[in-house]
Amino acid sequence: MRHLLSVLLENEAGALSRVIGLFAQRDFNIETLTAAPTEDETLSRLTLVTTGDDRTIEQITKHLNRLIEVVKVIDLTDNEHIERELMLVKVRAEADARTEVKRTCDIFRGQIVDVTVNTYTVQLIGPTDKLLAFIDAIGTSRILEVVRSGVSGISRGTKVLSV
Amino acid sequence: MTEMLSGGEMLIRALHEEGVEYIFGYPGGAALHIYDAIFKQQAIEHILVRHEQAATHMADGYARSTGRPGVVLVTSGPGATNAITGIATAYMDSIPMVVISGQVPHDVIGTDAFQETDMIGVSRPVVKHSYLVEEAARIPHIVKEAIYIATSGRPGPVVIDIPKDTTDPNELFEYDLPDTVELRSYKPAIKGHVGQVRKAVQALLDCKRPVIYVGGGVVQGNAAPELCSLAYKLNYPVTNTLMGLGAFPGGDRQFLGMLGMHGTYVANNAMHHADLILAVGSRFDDRVTNNPSKFCPDATIVHIDVDPASISKVITADIPIVGQCKPVLNQMLSKLDEELNGREIDSEPIDAWWEQIDSWRESFGLDHDMYKTESDSGKLLPQQVIQVVYQATDGKAFVTSDVGQHQMFAAQYYKFEQPRQWINSGGLGTMGFGLPSAMGVQFAHPHSTVVCITGEGSFMMNMQELSTCSQYSLPIKIVNLNNQALGMVKQWQDMQYGGRHSHSTYADSLPNFVDLINAFGHVGLRAETLRELDEAVSLAFSDKHKSDLVFIDALIDPDEHIYPMFVRGGAVNEMVLNKHD
Ligand SMILES: Cc1ncc(C[n+]2csc(CCOP(=O)(O)OP(=O)(O)O)c2C)c(N)n1
Ligand SMILES: [Mg+2]
Repeated sequence: MRHLLSVLLENEAGALSRVIGLFAQRDFNIETLTAAPTEDETLSRLTLVTTGDDRTIEQITKHLNRLIEVVKVIDLTDNEHIERELMLVKVRAEADARTEVKRTCDIFRGQIVDVTVNTYTVQLIGPTDKLLAFIDAIGTSRILEVVRSGVSGISRGTKVLSV
Repeated sequence: MTEMLSGGEMLIRALHEEGVEYIFGYPGGAALHIYDAIFKQQAIEHILVRHEQAATHMADGYARSTGRPGVVLVTSGPGATNAITGIATAYMDSIPMVVISGQVPHDVIGTDAFQETDMIGVSRPVVKHSYLVEEAARIPHIVKEAIYIATSGRPGPVVIDIPKDTTDPNELFEYDLPDTVELRSYKPAIKGHVGQVRKAVQALLDCKRPVIYVGGGVVQGNAAPELCSLAYKLNYPVTNTLMGLGAFPGGDRQFLGMLGMHGTYVANNAMHHADLILAVGSRFDDRVTNNPSKFCPDATIVHIDVDPASISKVITADIPIVGQCKPVLNQMLSKLDEELNGREIDSEPIDAWWEQIDSWRESFGLDHDMYKTESDSGKLLPQQVIQVVYQATDGKAFVTSDVGQHQMFAAQYYKFEQPRQWINSGGLGTMGFGLPSAMGVQFAHPHSTVVCITGEGSFMMNMQELSTCSQYSLPIKIVNLNNQALGMVKQWQDMQYGGRHSHSTYADSLPNFVDLINAFGHVGLRAETLRELDEAVSLAFSDKHKSDLVFIDALIDPDEHIYPMFVRGGAVNEMVLNKHD
């Protein structure tokens, strides 16, 4: 099962490497990982997409909590939540293909953020499956480059993850 | 007025104020400022080892025998990497340790400078936490925090990597050691959840075939008295893991012996047939569970551990309790009193269980009287050696061990009565641990008898420390179960590889151990028969050699195997019991 874990981490040198090392060391999966400081500069917020059965996810959460610099961990997938990912895609868009690419882009509510004679660079924001659907729709033969940010997530409603 | 000190001086001062008596270390370029600070003070004694791995095992032995953190100091690069095995050993057995490594100065970090190693990176998978010192002024704070982290919750090793510029004797800072440290991200559990404790006590009262399965957490958590009270009050059988030996007295009627791969027939059978297992400070290691899918099929599992990650990692706990063993056991004791309210425990179901247990015990018990007569072959047997040493030391010595058959013989035949009396590398299984850890124990307990039960293979992995023993006059008694082979490896090859002894024997190239020991200025003795052994042991432990290191080279039957032994992939009660099995 796919899980979205949110982690509050002390914003200190080396802290992130411990998180990543843990996943490698214990043979846990990481599909995507995003990390950046929060409004409080002393804290980083991580969103981690991982897969595993309940037992594995329980172990991942426990081992994350065991790291001294981890302040809190929650599994966003336990509750209603919002997840978003940003993707930048550079696609071949020569003369006759340009309108077709533009149209697909509109359907997915993407934005064209850079243009050359032969290419469009499309920016797309949404849950991961929407981004993957866009790639499918455009077709890999047309795609020159894909850059994905990894997933960021937050709980719906008043629930917050803070110290 | 605050004092102005250099980073090196602050480090030593802070360690001293945190109660550190010994630093086990070895100097080198990146640590020289620190060594100069050590030279200028008397509060802490530095012990000069011969190899950094040994320094970590000494600190480890010191920690295991006292409960206080062991402290190590090494230089950068090779000094730091040599310490890794000992750090990993301490990590696997949850031993409090602080390892200080010199590092190249900040301005050359990352340039492949001379003796530069990324110690934080190299040690990361085997430490509880680590620090790279960025500002010298923070050193006292980091020391305080490191010791707090190393010793609290589930203990473990902490590394402090100190770039040389932060210990510069010419740069002085205000010395400020905080009284306490608080980390918002680290709040180890203490007491157990009240509801869970209630459920656990209920389960203890409702069961018919209980076993209390005790691990190293009870030793490290100083919870042996509480554990014993609970076990006695209930009159339930107790088994200790390799790491838990001594937590419940080895000579007690309620004690079933060690469980696991080389555990007793009765302990493993009781586990397999139990309807309730109370696991305290133990972690269902694979050397205990054998095949997890066949593990204790009928048992309700109550699991007390300070580390939530240990609970339901291998075996799902029905009643998990996260907390330190000592306070949780105290909670259970008061809950039990409350439940019983003066009433006696109904002993009928337990009586039947004890009958069953006693019959297992009688059918395939360990023979603790082998030391009384010669073996049928006339050859000296490892079991006899342990028993003779047990008799000579009245069962009261600190015993350290290495890894192999000799370790398991020691665990089976030396009946440990006290926690912290038995010191061995259980989790990592580090050959070379025995002698240096015995040294750490002897430093901590200068007037106690310290015995190192080793094998010739393991002994040769850290025998350079015999020189350190001379320097500090350590009167350790070393008993070498010399089977002229990597016995444990050879046994597996006998049992699983058709007797093909691939690289497990070296009889023709072993040193003359007595000469070797003499060369280091110690006393070497040899024994090939039970009579010679009796003589050697009485001499070794006599007043004549009270202050000498004595090494007994006991030439034992090279073909002896250690039994019982788990059948691979089986349930815990599936054991090979002897060579003909
Ligand atoms: C550092 C290290 N290397 C290898 C091993 C694997 N190993 C486990 S027991 C053993 C043999 C130990 O020989 P010895 O010390 O003579 O003890 P014996 O089994 O003969 O009693 C070996 C090689 C280990 N545990 N540790
Ligand atoms: Mg041997």
